[in-house]
Amino acid sequence: MSNLTEGFAAAFRLLFGFDADLWEIIILSLEVNFAAVVLSCLIGLPLGGALAVYRFRGRKAVIVLVNALMGLPPVVVGLLVYLVLSRSGPLGSLNILFTPGAMVIAQAILVTPIVTALTRQIIENLWQDYREQLTSLGSSRRRAIPTLLWDGRTAVLTAILAGFGRAAAEVGAVIIVGGNIAHHTRTMTTAIALETGRGNLALALGLGIVLVTLAILLNAAAWMVRERSMPETALIAANR
Amino acid sequence: MVRAIGAFLLAAAITASAPSLAETIRVASTTSTEASGLFDHLLPRFTAATGIRVRVIAVGTGQAIRLARRGDADVLLVHHRPSEEAFVREGYGLRRHPLMHNDFVIVGPASDPAGIRGSNDAIAAFRKIRGAKAMFLSRGDDSGTHRRERSLWRETGTAPSERSGWYREIGAGMGRTLNTAAAMPAYTLVDHGTWLSFGNRGPLRLLVEGDRRLRNPYGVIAVDPKRHPHVRAKAALRFVAWLVSAAGQRAIGSFRIGGRMLFHPAARPAGSRVAAE
Repeated sequence: MSNLTEGFAAAFRLLFGFDADLWEIIILSLEVNFAAVVLSCLIGLPLGGALAVYRFRGRKAVIVLVNALMGLPPVVVGLLVYLVLSRSGPLGSLNILFTPGAMVIAQAILVTPIVTALTRQIIENLWQDYREQLTSLGSSRRRAIPTLLWDGRTAVLTAILAGFGRAAAEVGAVIIVGGNIAHHTRTMTTAIALETGRGNLALALGLGIVLVTLAILLNAAAWMVRERSMPETALIAANR
Repeated sequence: MVRAIGAFLLAAAITASAPSLAETIRVASTTSTEASGLFDHLLPRFTAATGIRVRVIAVGTGQAIRLARRGDADVLLVHHRPSEEAFVREGYGLRRHPLMHNDFVIVGPASDPAGIRGSNDAIAAFRKIRGAKAMFLSRGDDSGTHRRERSLWRETGTAPSERSGWYREIGAGMGRTLNTAAAMPAYTLVDHGTWLSFGNRGPLRLLVEGDRRLRNPYGVIAVDPKRHPHVRAKAALRFVAWLVSAAGQRAIGSFRIGGRMLFHPAARPAGSRVAAE
């Protein structure tokens, strides 16, 4: 019980004491998570849209595969990325193992299936509703994808946030490919793992509370963007 | 396609925004050196003296050796002498330098169901734990500590199996093993440095220490550039040379927690030999 109260006290001290090390870790974590999510969106949004509107042989198998990959274990992804980026691996000459770049790649692999699968579901529902309308306007399937993505942006944003949550919460992949190097590849989650290992449970819990606080702030910001994208007048107009 | 390239540039930009890699070396080392805070104490001194930055990847000894074998580190700093000598013999490393030592201790619940408290005979203590079928938690992760624990069990005559019920393998680093041992509670083998700096001892107490079979020597080896031409051999050798120099050994000796020395410089008892090698 005392560990819990100490944890909250530690979180408070960390956040409001403006601990330089902590802010370095927070900024690196956010940079890596954002880059991974951006990379995943660049692949996952068009891919999810395409899976929703195109019909081809093996489509169902691809959808099942993408859905299954949402459950990829981070440790396995970390190990695969490690073996590929290792000096003795096929891409060893890039020399990006144990750098933030390697962590971005590993997290993007984890997040892309989530963004793809959820986007596919969202766009497929919209495509069923608007298909006739869009085709009667002369829109090709290809041109329908960006239109539908924009139309479903609220739901798509939720899909992206789900992906961000996966990136921000995982520790198994980044600790393998990043190495948890102080001042270089130490993120919120790997710092929590380290402090737990040191037996500093209150500090570890404090870092965890900071991480959850950041997640809440980020989701609140996304919510506000969403509200603003649908102004009151539009809502009234839509209800007339 | 253009977008994908853009994304990779973004990833690359993040990598590039890190400080210059020109004078940076990677050290594959053990959790005991990192978790105790030794590197936080040593590295600023080394960087101030040479301008070379050091990045430490702290894993178990077995994993650290595998990293170095694959060429993913420039320096290996671990604690399992037979594996270190094999690493050099097989052509992965240059010379092995004795660096420092501390000792392992046996910790366990304060109630001490096996009655080992105060003994300085590790083998007798392990026999008593087995005799009492008292819970013992093993690292089980192929680390230096795990390898030592297995060899101590072998010295008792028979190594316990996981099926024996009282002997459990956790497959975790030192810290997680201690956290779990504190919660069970169970006996376990731990290096003295990690024990002194560990913050969550709960019911665990130090019960056995002082057996010479519990001595825990650390060695340091630069990865051989003939095997892995990309390693930063020059900077790596400067790091090794500094560690075994008078300044480096003094820095190791000056690392204390609560007034206690955690790692004893190896150059002190065997000073002349190290210098001559």
